[in-house]
Amino acid sequence: MFVLFSVMIIVFSILTVTTRKILRAATYLLLVLVSTSGLYFMLNYQFMAAVQLTLYAGGIVVLIIFSILLTSHISQKFEPVGIKKTIFSGLAAIAGAILSIVTILDYQFSANTEAAKEVDMKLIGRSLLSVDYDGYVLPFEVISILLLAAMIAAIIVAKKGGPSNTKTPTYN
Amino acid sequence: MLLNTISNALSTLSEPWWKVFYDFSSLTRGIDEGLRSSMSEFWAVTVEMLIIGVVFLLFYAVIGLFLVIAERKVCAFIQNRLGPNRIGPFGLFQTVADLVKLLFKELIPIKNADSFLFNLAPYIVIIVNFMVLAALPYGKGLHAIDFNIGIFYVIAVSSMSVIGVLLAGWSSNSKYSLIGAMRSGAQIVSYELSIGLAIITVVILAGSMQLSEIVEAQRTGWFIFKGHVPAFIAFVIYVISGTAETNRGPFDMAEAESELTAGYHTEYSGIKFAFFYLAEYINMFIVAAVASTLFLGGWMPFHVGNWESFNRIMDFIPPFFWFFGKTFFVIYLIMLFKWTFPRLRIDQLLTLEWKYLLPINLVNVLVMAFLVLMGWHF
Repeated sequence: MFVLFSVMIIVFSILTVTTRKILRAATYLLLVLVSTSGLYFMLNYQFMAAVQLTLYAGGIVVLIIFSILLTSHISQKFEPVGIKKTIFSGLAAIAGAILSIVTILDYQFSANTEAAKEVDMKLIGRSLLSVDYDGYVLPFEVISILLLAAMIAAIIVAKKGGPSNTKTPTYN
Repeated sequence: MLLNTISNALSTLSEPWWKVFYDFSSLTRGIDEGLRSSMSEFWAVTVEMLIIGVVFLLFYAVIGLFLVIAERKVCAFIQNRLGPNRIGPFGLFQTVADLVKLLFKELIPIKNADSFLFNLAPYIVIIVNFMVLAALPYGKGLHAIDFNIGIFYVIAVSSMSVIGVLLAGWSSNSKYSLIGAMRSGAQIVSYELSIGLAIITVVILAGSMQLSEIVEAQRTGWFIFKGHVPAFIAFVIYVISGTAETNRGPFDMAEAESELTAGYHTEYSGIKFAFFYLAEYINMFIVAAVASTLFLGGWMPFHVGNWESFNRIMDFIPPFFWFFGKTFFVIYLIMLFKWTFPRLRIDQLLTLEWKYLLPINLVNVLVMAFLVLMGWHF
């Protein structure tokens, strides 16, 4: 199962960056994200898998596809990338892969024989809101403030101009 | 070997065959043990997956066909007509005939369309449907996968079906399809919020996301009665936004015939069109099934507190039939909406969601949390 998922992730990731049609790239990205959530399901970490599906597959990819729908036409194709760019981006990707592989191999994974735990929703909720040593309440709050700031910024960017604009007729 | 398994499964029943409708767990356990005794672990799991797959395929086709004929009959009933009545008794085989016709129709390739995505789109919609169907509890012990985050999984997966619609609209290379897809995208993305919040209201009341536990928590009364007013408000909001989510009238701007011919599936023909059509009906079934599981007790019979004798009489109706009875009741409600209300405009639709349903829902969640905190529910 793991082999199947990882092959899917690798193949579709490569297809995402090599395809010349933008919506196909988005679709391949979707398949990459869905197979990643398959990996989480395989690990019995269902909460993470469902979050992966809602946030990335259901949220971000839908947003990407939506903006593609608004901006590009079906006949549009990317120019084939120049040889220089191909080499440099390939080198960058390989360097990144080597770096992460080295880091992973460096880490001492200790094998243990404990039975696989089922991660309970209540446990996640408690530790997200607990103020104890293991609690995550501070990062949780910081992230929510960051999100709030991002939302306000988005509204201000989208608003354009002051009250003078309100007189323009609205067509409902 | 297969016969051996079946006889094994039947022998474990040891009761009259109709008892199985009350509790499927003995049947499923019998099949499981039979398979494990006759082959290795790996093959047993594979065969079980195959059996479940085939059962769901059959279920999908039967429910889809049945819902199409039901819709036509309900429509005829509301418009004071007879509806289809030529093929079979009461016209019951009309949709089978329609399906055969659609199977034989030519699949017209579209010039200048992105054929890969064009062909992929119906399958995305159908696969998403199957993934949701697998997680629903149909009766006692009749539950394919019971995740501990069951209802969250259902929301997560069903949020992906919009991708199929968007891809279909874009890759058809037609303005009607594109506008239809954009409309349905905006609609589904915004109504998902309402559905999610209405479901959260129930999760607060149940204290669990596991579907089997949610059903079990309704043993002493369905949530729509247990949760007072907030549960009822959540039910109403859920049904409204569920109707919008499935792109059905009065929210069917995505395929408004008078403006867009057929919306995102304008360019599809033959069986690919039928896939979209079936998926729409199965989506309706899923929305109704989730509504009946969350608010109307799923397969749990109608129980009232500690009225022992009354509860026992209600237990005589098998849970399996309770589930489908409730689901079809909700489906009937959704069909009534379609044939009684005129179609909304897109701005009215978005106003309804963002200015009315969302604030009501947020307050409702707070009220429900307060009720549960004070222990004021039954």
